Amino acid sequence: MTTHQLMPTKGLTATNRSTFASRLTSRAAANTIVLIAALYTLLPGLWLLLAATKNSDALFSSDILSFGDFSLWRNLTDLFAMEEGIYGRWYVNSLLYAVVGALVGSLISVSAGYAFDKYEFRHKEKLFGLVLTGVMVPQTVLALPLYLVASGVGMVNTFWAVFIPVLFNPFGVYLARLLSSGYVPNEVLEASRVDGAGELQTYIRVSLRMLGPGFVTVFLFQLTAIWNNFFLPMVMLSDQDLYPLSLGLYTWNSSATVSPEYYPLVVIGSLLAVVPLIVAFITLQRYWKSGLTAGSVK
Amino acid sequence: MLACVTLMAPFTALLIAVFLVPVGYAIGLSLFGEDHKGLGFGGGTTVFTGLRSYLAVLQDPSFVSGFGAIALYCVIFVPVVVIGALALALLLDSGLVRLRRTAQMLLYLPHAVPGIIAAVIWLYLYTPGLSPVIKLLAQGDITVDFLGMNTVLPSIVNIALWSGLGYNMVIFYAALQAVPREVIEAARIDGAGGFRTALMVKVPIIKGSVLMVCMFALIGALQLFTEPMLMNQATPMVNSRFTPNMYIYDAAFRRNNYGLASAASVILLIVTCALSYAVTRWTGRKERSAR
Repeated sequence: MTTHQLMPTKGLTATNRSTFASRLTSRAAANTIVLIAALYTLLPGLWLLLAATKNSDALFSSDILSFGDFSLWRNLTDLFAMEEGIYGRWYVNSLLYAVVGALVGSLISVSAGYAFDKYEFRHKEKLFGLVLTGVMVPQTVLALPLYLVASGVGMVNTFWAVFIPVLFNPFGVYLARLLSSGYVPNEVLEASRVDGAGELQTYIRVSLRMLGPGFVTVFLFQLTAIWNNFFLPMVMLSDQDLYPLSLGLYTWNSSATVSPEYYPLVVIGSLLAVVPLIVAFITLQRYWKSGLTAGSVK
Repeated sequence: MLACVTLMAPFTALLIAVFLVPVGYAIGLSLFGEDHKGLGFGGGTTVFTGLRSYLAVLQDPSFVSGFGAIALYCVIFVPVVVIGALALALLLDSGLVRLRRTAQMLLYLPHAVPGIIAAVIWLYLYTPGLSPVIKLLAQGDITVDFLGMNTVLPSIVNIALWSGLGYNMVIFYAALQAVPREVIEAARIDGAGGFRTALMVKVPIIKGSVLMVCMFALIGALQLFTEPMLMNQATPMVNSRFTPNMYIYDAAFRRNNYGLASAASVILLIVTCALSYAVTRWTGRKERSAR
């Protein structure tokens, strides 16, 4: 790491002493600004955490810091009991869309990125240009066109209507091509070929292993994107049993405007919906960072 | 060759099925309209209408005002998020701040919160009766309506800022780490203070990242949907066609006019692609001039 630390200058002349003093003030100012920013990012999360332990009455009196009422367990049982436990169903759906989708999707993207790097084929760069176009086109612009196609083939309001489109991850292909050229040396592939291994065998046994960290990065980015997905499921699904968490919580929030007993449920439901991503991000920190920096140099 | 085909096939299939075909289909559909009223054509006949849907969309004040809302949103959001993230990144890079890694992690965390949930949290913090913020302000005799006519857009900007501040800060910080230390050392020897070094030396060097963050913020802003959609449930100040994406949703699912919705989608796609094209061209030029 190239951490950069300006050393206090040696020798204490008068000017140096005054710069040292001004350095102390700027140090205090800098730390204060960063602290305020950190509070800004943290406090809403803290509110969610505290609000999740409150019952409806305490929530509406905005008495967020009163610990007289601790209804976390009550809220949890209510959450999973509401509408015959549909929240649990949404949670499983979200896990299926996001975890399975990101696994399959990153395997598809990494394979394609690897092929772009290691093989020559006709119109390769033209096809890659199309991939880059895909990177630039946000998923939301495609939601309605996708709906029109899905309704044409009779797939609207099915699991696949959400699952298949989220597999498409052109940014993953771009990233995998970059990582493949960086981390998988051609000599290793040659050695494997000389040993008589088939191309696919080499890919699975040798290359995929070397691309492991890159795979995790692509996976993590896709997991987040799918977990956050809102427009596409909203357009595609009308059957509540197929909803992911994002859409389910949205419907409950609209119910809350009519029947306020939904408010505590939306709060605790939101809290539980955030947990997997926060855990994934904290434990897999170095992977998302490498993805971010790779993304920023592109 | 077989291996190459096997590795490429699934992605190529997806590229066709969920990218090329839908875009083509939407363009096709935008050129046709359904005549429900049976004005001499019989009920529900599909007729070629050419660019009529496009004209209808472009002449619809509620579609145009959607872009107006986005423009206003950008005017507030882009400077605040860029300057805020840049300032934080420069502070972290200056070596003045303690616990740099922890600070980065904390600032980044909101990005891991799904957009809809970030919107729910803030919406509740804006809602009188639920919000401890409003209660606290009321105790100081300050009344704020976060969902009023003039405040609702800044309130939406705040949600996006909360989610994006740390994310963009990490991008800037990574770029700053790559600034050659000799350059900074030279500025210091020339007598430039930390503030001057940051502003006159570091920022110009990473201006590529700054411009890119601006462009991505603009492209992201065009897609604005989740936050205003949720606000729409809470305040009449956000109508159901508040942004272009909401207009598309409204046209397709409330008015059942797929021709209109397709045309609006294609227009949004073109605007987005034009912006993206500007980004790639610009970064391409930067790379060439760097060589």
